Amino acid sequence: MKISVEPRIEASSGLRFVVMSTSILCAFMFGGLIMGIVGVDPVDTYVAMLEGAIGRPEYWSQGQFYSITETLVKAIPLMITSIAVGVAFKMLFWNIGAEGQLVVGAIAGSGVALFAKDYGLQSPYAGINVILMCLAGIMGGGLWALIPAFLKTRFKVNEIITTLMFNYVAILWYQYLFNVVWKDPEGMGFPGTAKFDGVWILGRISGRLHWGLGIALFSGLLVWIILDKSKWGYEIRVIGQNIKAAVYGGIDVNGNVLKVMLFSGGLAGLAGTVEVSGVSYSLQEGLSVGYGYTAIIVSWLSRLNPIAIMIVSVVFAGIMVGGDQIQMTMGLPSSVAYVLQGAMLFFVLGGDFFVRYRMTLTKGQRHADS
Amino acid sequence: MQTVDIAFWASVLSIAMAAGTSLVYATVGEIFAEKSGVLNLGVEGMMIMGAVSGFAAAYHSGNILAGVVTGSMVGGLMALIHCFVTITLLADQVVSGLAITLLGGGLASFLGQRLGVDGTPLVGLIGPRLLQIRIPYLSDIAYIGDVLFNRDIMTYSLYIVVPLVAFYIRRTRPGLFLRAVGENPQAADVMGVDVVKCRYFYTVIGGVFAGLGGVHLSLSYTPGWTESITGGRGWIAVALVIFATWDPIRSVVGALLFGGVNAIQFRMQAIGTNVPAALLNMLPYLLTIVVLVIITYFEGLRKKVGAPDALGLPYIREERV
Repeated sequence: MKISVEPRIEASSGLRFVVMSTSILCAFMFGGLIMGIVGVDPVDTYVAMLEGAIGRPEYWSQGQFYSITETLVKAIPLMITSIAVGVAFKMLFWNIGAEGQLVVGAIAGSGVALFAKDYGLQSPYAGINVILMCLAGIMGGGLWALIPAFLKTRFKVNEIITTLMFNYVAILWYQYLFNVVWKDPEGMGFPGTAKFDGVWILGRISGRLHWGLGIALFSGLLVWIILDKSKWGYEIRVIGQNIKAAVYGGIDVNGNVLKVMLFSGGLAGLAGTVEVSGVSYSLQEGLSVGYGYTAIIVSWLSRLNPIAIMIVSVVFAGIMVGGDQIQMTMGLPSSVAYVLQGAMLFFVLGGDFFVRYRMTLTKGQRHADS
Repeated sequence: MQTVDIAFWASVLSIAMAAGTSLVYATVGEIFAEKSGVLNLGVEGMMIMGAVSGFAAAYHSGNILAGVVTGSMVGGLMALIHCFVTITLLADQVVSGLAITLLGGGLASFLGQRLGVDGTPLVGLIGPRLLQIRIPYLSDIAYIGDVLFNRDIMTYSLYIVVPLVAFYIRRTRPGLFLRAVGENPQAADVMGVDVVKCRYFYTVIGGVFAGLGGVHLSLSYTPGWTESITGGRGWIAVALVIFATWDPIRSVVGALLFGGVNAIQFRMQAIGTNVPAALLNMLPYLLTIVVLVIITYFEGLRKKVGAPDALGLPYIREERV
């Protein structure tokens, strides 16, 4: 008897669902195993994480939704960066630099918020100011992403390494700005820029939850429409599926690499701006917590579908908030969240085999020729 | 004046040797994997796991060798996951490699906060470290004596390992099979080489080397554990493989170049320059990009890129007719 493997023509959605849920279950079991090894009770930890992420029913009945709004606050930058990464992945351009693009977008947005009034560009209306700030963030992130895209199209330089190296450069630049150049002289020696004026701040919906959620949902829908309905989206998909066919079909591959990276980086930059304008109100420590990397996992698990990305990023944000929760209440490392996310990617990646291939037991003779 | 300059460069080279050692290990490891046709972008994750586990083992056992062995085995184990997912389950090598890096980073951070005494963090603990061994007479040679013959055992090992690996890949029969598997797995299969076994073997070896690179960081170069200990060195190693055009000897030149940037950075900070530390710290990353652009450009001109033909492609035996 011998196991032979052959590609499946088409997998049923039921099979996909079973494989996906088994994979995710395995990831949680793997996380539990690691916890067990270092002497932590996995069940208690998971329950605490879940409570941290969504709260408890008795809190809800009292009208307290703190945990849920916290999860959504974290979901906003994650959603936007995941959509950003997903667009680039769609054409098999490996943009690993969303973290850096987010940071540069935050730098550009903060720069506008801090200094626009010196040039008479401050409007009395927060709405107009925030739009101006977002445009700056989009340009910042987009142009930052355009450099690796240019190096790819002009010199064929591997984009995985360049986009990743740019993350380190962007983070060092951002730390230098808020620690030295833009440091608030009245900040009692604490690192960070001055707080933005009130007219540069995104309004809030409930608790700490701000209108960046609207921006994130809008970005998701916009990208879904672009990818699914527009000619540009069609070109992106063709390049991703079969680059030779794209070239034969007369699609400008290099032009699209530049355009898509400007767009992808711009979205990641928008995430950075939304974060400083909606959460921290200044450029300070704690902006770069790995959204750009988690975004890689989120967009891949969502199969690059913008609608799925929006849902998965909320779940992943919940895992991050749950991680913070167990750090605060149980003194356990919040990096449990990253272990779980990494494990999920692995198990789903591995599990995908059972969706793509069919395994059959055959008599050994069948391979006698080999 | 002349002598001062030589002394300065000798000290730069000395730091470059210390900083470059982990890079050479990681790069040589990745060369093994890529020569067999497996692209493993998980170097950063394998290194950081090697660093944390190696330091923890050395700290608790008080035995440096235990640390080195543990770190290298953990690196190999991480690579084994990559093998299983990409070679057996035929998943995308790029995504799996990224997953190794992301999982490794998260796991190392988690373990680093739990593996100290009774579940406390490892950060700030001082454990055993590799000492520099001064070789009598040789280390007294003017300038280069100290650079070459006052190092730790892991750097000395490279004096033998690197030429040996180069010889193995280029001149031996198993080396030929390794190259065949990376260039043309179908042909290698016909020659009677077990492609799957070969790829597993060299990718795991690559992980062991990456683990050793991480161990060198936490036991020698920056002794102790911090979460940012690797700081992108794994990715620089991936870039160095291209820089070295898949040649172990040339990887040493690249590693020294990058180590030298670290050294100049230290020196300038010590002298107290007007250049902000942040800008100096950007140098290794910017240099990686510049070097990559130059190499890719010239390789492109020569129409000969050194990458193995089947790099990154899965091998499915059934496809052979």
